Amino acid sequence: MASKFLLVAQREYLTRVRKRAFVVLTLLVPFIIAGFGVLVGKLATSDESAEIVDVRDTSGLGIAARLTQMSTPQLQFLPVAGSLPEAKQNFQKDKHAGLLYLPAGLDVQNPEGVQFFGKGNISLGKETRVQKALNDAFAELKMQRSGLTQTQLDQLRAKVPLSSVSLDEAGKEKDSNSGVTTGIASALAILIYFFIFLYGVQIMRGVGEEKSSRVMEVMLSSVKPFDLMMGKIVGIAAVGLTQFLLWGLLSWGASAVVVPLVMQDEVAKPKTEVAANAQASPATTADRAAASAEQMNPAKRANVISGAFEQASKLNIPIWTILFGFIAYFLGGYLLYGALFGAVGAAVDDQTDTQQFMFPITMPLILSYVVGFSVILRNPDGPVAFWMSMIPFTSPVAMVIRLPFGVPAWQLALSITLLVLGFVGTVWVASRIYRVGILMYGKKVTYKELSKWMFYKG
Amino acid sequence: MPQSSTSRPILEARDVRKQYAAHTALDGVSLAVPEQSIFGLLGPNGAGKTSLIRIITQITGADSGEILFKGERLNPSHIGQIGYLPEERGLYKKMKVGEQLIYLAQLRGLSRADALARIKKWLERFDIKAWAEKNVEDLSKGMQQKVQFIATVLHEPSLIILDEPFSGFDPINANLIKDEILRLKQEGAAIIFSTHRMESVEEMCDSIALINRSRKVLDGPVTAIRNQFKNNTYEVEGQGRLLVVHPDFEVVEQRERENDHFYARIQLHAGTTPNDLLRFLIGQVQVHAFREQIPSINEIFIRRVRETMPETLNETANALL
Repeated sequence: MASKFLLVAQREYLTRVRKRAFVVLTLLVPFIIAGFGVLVGKLATSDESAEIVDVRDTSGLGIAARLTQMSTPQLQFLPVAGSLPEAKQNFQKDKHAGLLYLPAGLDVQNPEGVQFFGKGNISLGKETRVQKALNDAFAELKMQRSGLTQTQLDQLRAKVPLSSVSLDEAGKEKDSNSGVTTGIASALAILIYFFIFLYGVQIMRGVGEEKSSRVMEVMLSSVKPFDLMMGKIVGIAAVGLTQFLLWGLLSWGASAVVVPLVMQDEVAKPKTEVAANAQASPATTADRAAASAEQMNPAKRANVISGAFEQASKLNIPIWTILFGFIAYFLGGYLLYGALFGAVGAAVDDQTDTQQFMFPITMPLILSYVVGFSVILRNPDGPVAFWMSMIPFTSPVAMVIRLPFGVPAWQLALSITLLVLGFVGTVWVASRIYRVGILMYGKKVTYKELSKWMFYKG
Repeated sequence: MPQSSTSRPILEARDVRKQYAAHTALDGVSLAVPEQSIFGLLGPNGAGKTSLIRIITQITGADSGEILFKGERLNPSHIGQIGYLPEERGLYKKMKVGEQLIYLAQLRGLSRADALARIKKWLERFDIKAWAEKNVEDLSKGMQQKVQFIATVLHEPSLIILDEPFSGFDPINANLIKDEILRLKQEGAAIIFSTHRMESVEEMCDSIALINRSRKVLDGPVTAIRNQFKNNTYEVEGQGRLLVVHPDFEVVEQRERENDHFYARIQLHAGTTPNDLLRFLIGQVQVHAFREQIPSINEIFIRRVRETMPETLNETANALL
């Protein structure tokens, strides 16, 4: 009966949403997320500032000067004087990224003994950039020695802007930004994965609670087992959606409040320095106000969001397909796994016995997550990606990873059809197990036993 | 089937069978529960009582046979007219008493407003009004039992099924529940008691059905059954020297007690009246007590099982003890 199903779902929803743990978690997580935002923001800005590499050139080949010319906004070379030990101390004192040491008597044809000192471990990226600049400097030197003038060299120096273009199946060109696409794919997959896990386990616990508190028999004399199970699944889904929605809104709100508060100092600091240098202190407060106003301006934020949409459509990321697909796989995947979690809760007496039945359920989910991030993300059109996005147990995560990269319509249609069939099938199996299991006490359940339950008569 | 009730039964089971994987739970059980009466569904543990109840409460279905509720084939529309207190009591622990009662009543088809008004009445009657806003887990076991009983009858069912109703109740609460049950019967409800402790309900039951090993052994109104099974035996207590040598009477049992007292059970032969025995006794001894020996349901049950299924008697007797 539909109204009873709704009553059950309503109870599941209300009792959970009113719990203190729910309220606390809902309020706390956004601030954690906002905190992460601040942290990432700080790291990102510190990463953007130029890295300065000291160059102690004793080779007499003029490499230091050439390197200085090659400085980019990200990497600047600064010639220094003094002995090597002094230079080593100085770059650390000045908080520079490293020290490049060119020994005396360096052979141009066979330059050996060049050293790069860094504080702590030197990242591969940094080393590569320094290496490249050094190679270029030596190449120029050699070319000059072979008779090219500086003017000729300047003309030879080429900076080719490279933009990646991907072709779709029809051969139509589209811009590709694998960074954005990968980001979207990962975020969606993680969202689905965690939702299924977090709330699937809640379904299992809820059934277990009804069983262990022996309220089940009272319930069953009023409600059909199927309504009881689906009411629980849907009610808990609503709890999850509420929580995710609140997290989203509150995180956004918290970021809007917390991030400017923290970042304001960052923005204001250099301005203060500049102002102090210029000895025009009255300007400081005005600048600061202007800076924070800019941060808080909601209109600007809205622009950023619509800008992201514009950007996405320019990048040819199929936004509506992603949105539709995400909702379909989110719901389909949750319902499919939710029914199975419910069946496990019904099959066992003791929460500690759930492990043996949890494993086969969580395995495909974990598998799709791990393979998704290691294989599918790299090769979203490969055979592994294809098959995993067709199998209903793995498709919710696998297909969502593929979506931002573009999926042929027939594959999407087939996958969703299979997911629906899989969902109907698992709900059927789960409701059979559930129906028998919920009234079964004091029996150690085996797989053999479970398979028998499926064929019990009503 | 002997029935005292003139009206049609509120519930009728016809040849109900239920088979589980390994064993037969019900093997062709038929019975009828009269309107506005207390009906005892009696039998040892594992006899099939709970299986039958789960079919009546539509938790499971019968393999064959049919159940009629007020003359109609039992169907989900009857759920709101049946109240069920299972042997395994349980409520949602983290839910408030009031909310829980509303929820359970709504599932039985009661509107929220009706449920609220009736809950208020019941909580007052059981003197637990202050507990409405408490979580069930904070209640004592006795109070939880009261709440569970309220949940069973809140929707004013015309058929109330109580499985082992007095287990877990202390004597005071048990009496309270007994009074409520009698009042509910007065108000028109039929009540099914299911228990293996026959002595606990036999004085309340109007009619009974005895079930043993998936089969009905005996059923009918309690008085009729007892009359059917009494065998003209009288218990006598008194003082003096009892010596019975008489063609009309036969001593079944005689025990001497201190101070010249005795206890005896004497069976009358056909055509003899209790007054004949009494006259005979008065001539011999001081009679302190004289009463007809009416077999308890328990004794009837054992006797009946002995007659119908002697091979199962030992197991059944063990189950009863």
